[in-house]
Amino acid sequence: MTERSGGEDSQQVRFYQSGTFVVGNRLLDPEQRSVQAHTERSNSLTSGHRACQGCGEALGARYALDAAMRATGGKLIAANATGCLEVFSTPFPESSWQLPWIHSLFGNAPAVATGVAAALKAKGREDVRVVGQGGDGGTLDIGFACLSGMFERNDDVLFICYDNEAYMNTGVQRSGATPPAARTANTKPLGDNPGNVFGQGKNAPLIAMAHEIPYVATATVAELRDLEAKVERAMEVRGARYIHIFVPCPLGWGAESCDTIRLARLVKETGLFPVFEALDGELTEVSKIRRQVPVIDYLKLQRRYAHLFGDEPRTDIIERIQADADRNIRRFGLLDDPAEPDDTMRLLAESGRGPQ
Amino acid sequence: MLEQIEGSLAVAKTVARCRPEVVCAYPISPQTHIVEGISDLVRTGELDHCEYLMVESEFAAMSACIGSSATGARTYTATASQGLLYMAEALYNASGLGLPIVMTVANRAIGAPINIWNDHSDSMSQRDCGWVQLYAETNQEAADLHVQAFRLAEQISLPVMVCMDGFILTHAHERVDVPDAEQVDAFLPAFEPRQLLDPADPVTIGAMVGPEAFTEVKYLAHAKQMQALDLIPQIAAEWSDAFGRESGGLLRGYRIDDAETIVVALGSVIGTIEDTVDEMRERGVSIGVLGLKSFRPFPLEEVREALGGARRVVVLEKALAVGVGGIVSANVRMALSGIQLHGHTVVAGLGGRPITGKSLLGLFEDAIADRLGPLTFLDLDSERVERELERMHEGGASGPHEQNILRDVGVVAGGSH
Repeated sequence: MTERSGGEDSQQVRFYQSGTFVVGNRLLDPEQRSVQAHTERSNSLTSGHRACQGCGEALGARYALDAAMRATGGKLIAANATGCLEVFSTPFPESSWQLPWIHSLFGNAPAVATGVAAALKAKGREDVRVVGQGGDGGTLDIGFACLSGMFERNDDVLFICYDNEAYMNTGVQRSGATPPAARTANTKPLGDNPGNVFGQGKNAPLIAMAHEIPYVATATVAELRDLEAKVERAMEVRGARYIHIFVPCPLGWGAESCDTIRLARLVKETGLFPVFEALDGELTEVSKIRRQVPVIDYLKLQRRYAHLFGDEPRTDIIERIQADADRNIRRFGLLDDPAEPDDTMRLLAESGRGPQ
Repeated sequence: MLEQIEGSLAVAKTVARCRPEVVCAYPISPQTHIVEGISDLVRTGELDHCEYLMVESEFAAMSACIGSSATGARTYTATASQGLLYMAEALYNASGLGLPIVMTVANRAIGAPINIWNDHSDSMSQRDCGWVQLYAETNQEAADLHVQAFRLAEQISLPVMVCMDGFILTHAHERVDVPDAEQVDAFLPAFEPRQLLDPADPVTIGAMVGPEAFTEVKYLAHAKQMQALDLIPQIAAEWSDAFGRESGGLLRGYRIDDAETIVVALGSVIGTIEDTVDEMRERGVSIGVLGLKSFRPFPLEEVREALGGARRVVVLEKALAVGVGGIVSANVRMALSGIQLHGHTVVAGLGGRPITGKSLLGLFEDAIADRLGPLTFLDLDSERVERELERMHEGGASGPHEQNILRDVGVVAGGSH
């Protein structure tokens, strides 16, 4: 068993991002500091795992689970779907998990979590809480029936989806969360409509809200304090809860490892990924965009969209993606002073990096 | 206490007396009465400290069982037929993780064509998924086997299926002595899990294993089933001492000691075969029946010992390995390696077709008179099969088989074919 309490003379957790104490807002008042700022944090997903450099999922999982561990006083059990997170964290005989953790199958993590919660209830151990987690494929494709069932029964489970918008573990194939025009291994830039098609895919947070479960939230790994706060809020509630975290994948998206946080920030600031909270099926908070960024700024950083920026730029496709972002902004009220639809091309031109 | 009771309810009551802490249910005929019965017992409080989960599929039911068993709860579910197949991925997972879940399989055919009636196609299809498979001959045995199953599962940390014939047993009302609570408590100790999801002592369950250790982990599952070969008779003997009746064990022979012909079968059909054996014995025919109670693990040595002295073995099975014939018989032949005898596979009772004493008598007489081939389909209507084969040979769109056959039988309105 791992010793977790902060010792007198030894630092239990290395701040391996910087090797210093600057991480997690340590200059703030203690109550405002990130969970990650504390040396006695649980370090649920400890170092040494095999995630790629710049992996958004590893970052999101560590912040989310450490926040959940703090909220529950370390009384937490995790059920994990098959996928990158499972594979890179548990190459036998090693494990990066410092909390009780079970992996069963690709499509059943919500149901396994339900079973864990039921066992705890039967034993009168409801002080111990349960988190289920998986990628977008495990959550909203193959695991969707189990997820919906868990929601519908309002089982006492927080399910976290780490959304990197494709099946990365199997080599970057399209999922129900892959955005339009994105290149994947089976939506290649071939033919007249390169990349993933428009008009497909599902919006898991909105479907979660339609179940009228107590708590639904979206978050990105660019705003980690926001993510922590949402996990903590989720753990204050009993019943089915869902947090959908946007986690860039450098490998699958053809992005620089150093751009993970930047991409996660841009996806929100473009309006492509609305960040919000919903209680009992009603939208209660949206995280406003400070200044709308044209989608092109987000797309150009990723080789999965490179086919839009070739010798003959596909302005038609970029406009459709921009229109999707604008629709999100209107629909979720993401801007105090939203741009008129007519401004789309102006924004594109202003970015100075758009196709001329 | 002896009661006149439906098989499903006897099982429900017995399972409740095993004090499961989590029961997962998804309805499928003919399993429904079992899980409905348990629901009633939970709602009235007769079974307390039990979470009863009604989930959205059999896949979710087995998955929730995996979560709850790994959290240290005694866990039960029941299913049949398509439901067992829908669980298949999770069945392998539960056994691979070594989780002592107990499940009733109310044996039923598998479609297409869809059919709700009894045969063993469902559990036989999952014979290699790592679960122990016990087959009940009567409702008394079905009830008793559940207590033994929890004991065995928890002792070797492997899941156990108790297979009972759908409708023939599940829906039959007959006298059953439902094991009483105090006796069950004495027979079945509290569940002490070998592995546990516990924040006080965190473990990782279900890690990825590559070629360097996968064979060893799989071998352990086999080694545990080999342990079960010793434990199943031990538990059955203890049962007999505690409850005063025989239930379970690896196999049970009836008039086989000097028998020249031995019939091998599983489940409720054994009773029918015993009647036929008695009838033939009265006429001086040397015949007996060997009932297999445990199909996984398969008791190779015991079967060899029971059958090795016979001249002829007829394996009567309620399942079909399409393209080769028998499933049970393949295992029986493995047990008889090197022994020369006449072996026959008989596929019978598919999709609920009654296995009558008359048909059995004719079958066994054919066997003894050397008129039986290696593979026989009992009471097959060859004429109708030939007619449909002819239609296919004519070429073109001959239409769905089941519609054509039903039309020939006269069940649906006639057409032009």
